[in-house]
Amino acid sequence: MGDRTDVWQGTLALMVLKTLEMMGPQHGYGIARRIEQTSESLLSLNYGTLYPALLKLEQEGAIVSDWGVSENNRRAKFYKLTRAGRKQLEKEARNWQQATAILNRFLSPAEEQS
Amino acid sequence: MSALRQLRAWLLRLSGIFRRTPNHAFSDEIESHLQLHIDDNIRLGMSPEQARREAVLQLGGIELTTQHYRERATLPGLDDFMQDLRFALRQLRRNPGFTATAAIMLALGIGASVAIFAFVDAALLKPLPYRDPARIASVTETVAIMGRADLSYPDYLDWKRLNNVFSSLDIYGGGGGLLNTSTGALPVSSLRVSDGFFRTLGVTPILGRDFYAGEDLLGTPNTVILSYAGWQKWLHGRADVIGQKVTLDGIPTVVVGVLPQDFDFAPRGGTQFWLPFHAKGQCDLRRSCHGLEGIARLKDGVSMQAASDEMKAIAAQLEKQYPADNRGQGAAVDPLSEIIVGVVRPILLTLLAAAGLLLTIACINVSSLLLVRSESRRKEIAIRGALGASRTRLVRQFLTEGVLLVTLGSVLGLGMAAFAMRAITGPIPELMMSRVPFLVGLRLNTHILMFAAGVALIAAFLFALTPVLRLPLAAMRDGLADGGRGSASTFWRRFGSNLVVLELTIAVVLLVCAGLLTKSFYRLLHVDLNFQPDHLAMVGVMAPDSLYPKDENVVVLQKQIIARVAALPGVLSVGLTTVPPTSFNGNTNWIRVVGHPYHGEHNEVNFRNVSGDYIRTLQASLLRGRLFTDVEDASKQKVVIINKELARMYFPGEDPIGKKMGNNELTPDSIREVIGVVDDIREGSLDSQIWPAMYDPIYQDESNYFTLMVRTSQSPGSLLPTLVSTINAIDPGVGTADPMTLEQRISEGPSNYLHRSTAWLVGTFAVLALVLGAVGLYGVIAYSVSQRTREIGVRMALGAQRNSVYRLVMREALRLSVLGIGIGLICAVGAATLMRSLLFATAAWDATTLASVTALLGGCALLASYIPAHRAASVNPVEALRSE
Repeated sequence: MGDRTDVWQGTLALMVLKTLEMMGPQHGYGIARRIEQTSESLLSLNYGTLYPALLKLEQEGAIVSDWGVSENNRRAKFYKLTRAGRKQLEKEARNWQQATAILNRFLSPAEEQS
Repeated sequence: MSALRQLRAWLLRLSGIFRRTPNHAFSDEIESHLQLHIDDNIRLGMSPEQARREAVLQLGGIELTTQHYRERATLPGLDDFMQDLRFALRQLRRNPGFTATAAIMLALGIGASVAIFAFVDAALLKPLPYRDPARIASVTETVAIMGRADLSYPDYLDWKRLNNVFSSLDIYGGGGGLLNTSTGALPVSSLRVSDGFFRTLGVTPILGRDFYAGEDLLGTPNTVILSYAGWQKWLHGRADVIGQKVTLDGIPTVVVGVLPQDFDFAPRGGTQFWLPFHAKGQCDLRRSCHGLEGIARLKDGVSMQAASDEMKAIAAQLEKQYPADNRGQGAAVDPLSEIIVGVVRPILLTLLAAAGLLLTIACINVSSLLLVRSESRRKEIAIRGALGASRTRLVRQFLTEGVLLVTLGSVLGLGMAAFAMRAITGPIPELMMSRVPFLVGLRLNTHILMFAAGVALIAAFLFALTPVLRLPLAAMRDGLADGGRGSASTFWRRFGSNLVVLELTIAVVLLVCAGLLTKSFYRLLHVDLNFQPDHLAMVGVMAPDSLYPKDENVVVLQKQIIARVAALPGVLSVGLTTVPPTSFNGNTNWIRVVGHPYHGEHNEVNFRNVSGDYIRTLQASLLRGRLFTDVEDASKQKVVIINKELARMYFPGEDPIGKKMGNNELTPDSIREVIGVVDDIREGSLDSQIWPAMYDPIYQDESNYFTLMVRTSQSPGSLLPTLVSTINAIDPGVGTADPMTLEQRISEGPSNYLHRSTAWLVGTFAVLALVLGAVGLYGVIAYSVSQRTREIGVRMALGAQRNSVYRLVMREALRLSVLGIGIGLICAVGAATLMRSLLFATAAWDATTLASVTALLGGCALLASYIPAHRAASVNPVEALRSE
């Protein structure tokens, strides 16, 4: 899997939250596909690892779940962002951007000088 | 915020342990996930089989996903624990007999030791409720006849002035008082203290003020500080009590303070009225009149020993200075705590040791039960091991079972302890309770719970360890083979039987101690009183100085009381005394016989003023001479009756009748003629020595406080209310105290109470130990028989007689019993020697006790082993062989 990166623990939760914010209520399979597509298949994701992460977010109150019917008429469990989840997403996204910005300055100082 | 989130998640996971559904719900979700993926894959042109394979592959395996999900859904470590717990509960429920036996045995052991520890904690561990109590000393004088004795006021003043070791030295003394209430004069407990008394203890009133310096000197206004209980009882806890007046002994007295609720002064427990000392009257100012005790706070850096040395030196100096008064008067300085708990310490330590031994037996019994059970579970363990249970997991299973069992036992035991504490403190008579105020309101507290937890922890560890040691897990595979039993039972027989020997040893020790204590108590009850204690009623009478200032007034009152009471139906005779019998040795006089050589020594003798009919009322026998009559009052020649002991000590080889004796200076008005010798009426407690005693006619030497003794033809208890009302009818200003029968007084007296309760408690422990020991022996023999059924069957098939089977089994039991009882007897004599101070007129190696215990335990042991022996002998050889 040469140029495909494993998902970092911790970032997965952020990806899930962001995906749910973008797509609205979605089932586990849909979220997994979406994450894969968004990363343009650079990420290798065992779909199974998504479910403990979803459960953790649900236990923390960031998302809620309910059974519903998918677009092609299959029964599926849909996850939805809560208000607390939205806040968590904002906060973690900001943290993440800050962290990457700082790292960027270290990794490409030349850009900074110009 | 984030912490809150984590807590929420944790709680949900915790609750997940108890929910059984999520797995099911999740398998639905996985299925739906796969279905969606398969749909997509088919749309991409895969065959249905391939579509499903790809979907599962991409998922990362159904089982693995489910497992990760479940681990997130619950708390895995706790989940395992709950599984262990459920399994353990199932195990215990499946063997209700085993569970109940083990839990009850543990509960007995834990309950007994926790209850006793509660007393030890309250009496010996908890510091006294004063500031820095270790620095407070009890300071008194000493005399040859009784060791620690009371202090006189002039000596106290000198001691206070001369010493350099105490930052403060204070005194207390006196006793009862009469409080005027709407219903007449009622006796209350009061104490006269010097001004700095509470400052020395480090106690501050919660209301009002402490005594100021100099408030204890004569001429200051009459003031009083109330104890919390006294404030509640007599002044209804009113907040505006400061400045109010109460009338004590006829004297209006201003309340200036109220003491804290947790304050109590154990040497005079229950005192409600604290009065400034106000030295007055004959006794207070006389150097030879000793009625006080001292407390002192050591200066920083001064040790108890240094203080004691200095006070002894000061006493010696005063002895030289006042040779007549202070001859032989030494000094004693001891920690105050020692004075308070010194009496109960050996008793409590004995009880704690006994309870500990009982706990040991209980633990041994439960461990051997566990061992036997682990034997029968070898196969189960082996199978679990073979199925992949890790070694830690198996050990954890045993640990869980041990903890569960101990928890069960501890909860039951704590219940028993709480009950026992109430049962023991409930009937403590007031006479005793006032000496041990620290036991008032005893209940389970953190200390005690911590102790219980400690005991439980050790027990749990022990029980978890026993089967683990027993099952060398490496050899687990052997458990699966049926023949792997031979070596196991040898191990068990050797180890288990050693435990039984230990149990029997402990049972012997407890039984012997209980036997000796019971015998001591029996001896105590049968000590010679030298008078007839039955059909005697008694009541204390207090005629306040304010109403009866002169001797003549008191005489009139006394004669009136005697006349009225003697006329009551069922009264045979009436006597008065200043100190009732069986109360204490003390209240002494120094005597000197006229015409005998004298070198200034203090001949201390018990001194009582009694009425003419007193000795007749007690039915004590007059050995020589005559009794005095009530006409021998202050106007007549002064006479005295002495007891046999005084005659023996001070009139050796001569007839005391007609001889004269007086005080140590032979002051003319102290000279009395000896007119009679009576038997040694027991004045002190039952376990004390007989002291020489003298009895003066009460009308020749008056006292405002006296005791009425009445001999009745009917039950004396029924007369008590009539006695009190008769005295009240004569003068409501006269107080009455402690109406009771003499037999009541004896049985409620501290020495009697202590001996009785110790004997009872140790006896209870011993009986429990006997039962547990017998059960333990039975268990070992029964188990060994059950393991040897086949062997016995073979022997019988080969022609062994039933008798020889009996012999085979009984021989083992006999060996264990003889060993256990033998070692036990040796240890018992050792233990009894250690608790010598609790024995009364009984030797530690008392042969009858040792023999009875041997017989009793031997009998029980034989019975305990006969039952399994009988079962073994009734084995049907064919059945026995087929069962394998």
